[in-house]
Formats: sequence, C-alpha cells, structure tokens
Amino acid sequence: MQTFIFYVAAIAAIASAVLCITRRSPVASALWLVGVLFSLSVLYVLLDAPFIAAVQILVYAGAIMVLFLFVIMLLNIGRLGPSDVRGPRGKVIALVAGLILVGELLIVRAVTLPSEITLPEGSVAHLNETQGALGAIAQPLFRQYLIPFELTSIMLLAAVVGAVVLAKRKV
Amino acid sequence: MYLAPSLVVSAILFTLGVAGVLLRRNAIVIFICVELMLNAVNLTFVALSQQLGLDGQVFVFFVMTVAAAEAAVGLAIIIALYRHRDTVNLDNINLLRG
Repeated sequence: MQTFIFYVAAIAAIASAVLCITRRSPVASALWLVGVLFSLSVLYVLLDAPFIAAVQILVYAGAIMVLFLFVIMLLNIGRLGPSDVRGPRGKVIALVAGLILVGELLIVRAVTLPSEITLPEGSVAHLNETQGALGAIAQPLFRQYLIPFELTSIMLLAAVVGAVVLAKRKV
Repeated sequence: MYLAPSLVVSAILFTLGVAGVLLRRNAIVIFICVELMLNAVNLTFVALSQQLGLDGQVFVFFVMTVAAAEAAVGLAIIIALYRHRDTVNLDNINLLRG
C-alpha cells in the first residue's frame, strides 16, 4: 500500500512539474508548482521525514507561493498575453540539455553507498518514534548545527531589509 | 527503502526545472522553475537522510530558509525591474549582455 502511494505521489509530482513548465499563464504555473510541493510532501512522509513534510506545506506551499501569486497580481501579468515559450531553437536546446542532464544524473544514481556509513534499516523511523519527529531533528539542529542556525537568522534579516529597499519607490 | 526511486524522481524534477529555465522568457516563471530545482535537491537530501542520518533533514531546513530569502529578494528585484522596463520578458532585459 505504501509503495502504491509512493508511486502515485511520484507520478503526480512529475506530471505537475511538466504542466508547471508548459502552461502559458504564470498563475497556472504557480498553481501547478503547488501541486508538485504537495506531492513531494507526501514523499517526505513516506521517507520518514514528517516534520519536513509539514514545513514544506507551511513554508513553501503557504508562504512562498503566496508571495509568488501576490507579485503576479501586483504586476498584473496574470492574463494571457503572447506565449513566452521560446521558439523551435530554444525548444531543441532545452530538450538536448535536459536529456544530457537526466542521463548524467541517472549515471550518478548507479553509485552505491559504502556500507560503513549507512545506518541500519529503519533507524530514522525508530528515532522518530522514540524522540518524536520534532525532537529527532531538533537534536542535531540545536547542537551540531547551532551556529549555522543562528547565521540563518542574520541572513533572513538581510533578506527582509534587501527586499524592502529593492521594492520601495524612491522617496 | 525508497532510495532508488526517490533519486530517479529527483533527477527528473531537476531536469524539468532546468528545461523550464531554458524554455521560458517570463522572469517569474523562470523563478518558479528555480524553486522546482531546489525542491528536487531537497528530495535527494531527505531520501539519503533515511540511510545516512538526520543531518540531511537539517540541511533541507536550511535550504528552505535560503529559498524563502531568495524568493523575497528575487521577487523584489522583479518588481523593481518591472517598474523600470514595464515588462518581465527577459528578451527585453539585456542590460548586462553588452
């Protein structure tokens, strides 16, 4: 059953991504990206990452996509104009580059993980059960990665100030 | 358990993101395709974290933070660009092309 759900979500993610890059309207593209994000959060649950799945919905599908739709509305480019998809030359370039890239990535996938560094099967699921999904990720986040976590707050502050400075009208 | 199929899905999603960036001219759609690529990489991190420990999930957390900051700054740049040029079509925005 889990495997079935996994493959349904995987196919939904790929189909939504294809629709996302081919729809003419930017609003349709953004909404299909929300479809990709939801399908990916299903995959995250099946891959023993329930906290990441929740954050994916809250932060990505909630906050970031609202920002995108808000800017589309603000610039008033939601209605259909002439298509912005490139001509035949651009399509050939995109197709060739895409095929080369997917070939490379699938070759890289064939590399197997050395057994010395892999954890025993189901150990992450066990951690999620004993410490709770939040506790399991909070341990490394607030101990080993405390300084990167604090630096993140400075980066967010810089981004907020930068966004306001860039988008405001000259006074 | 699902490591191999997850990496295949991730590879396909990343490639679709790259194809979208090459295919479209609208700056906002290109930005959406960049988000697609970031999500493909996140899927790789989560799939590998199942076997290599929870550090992968911490990294996904950081990637999401950077993506949020990037979206805010990038969309502000697009708004500023639209004010100057009245378009978000990247063929008309070639100041740096020389």
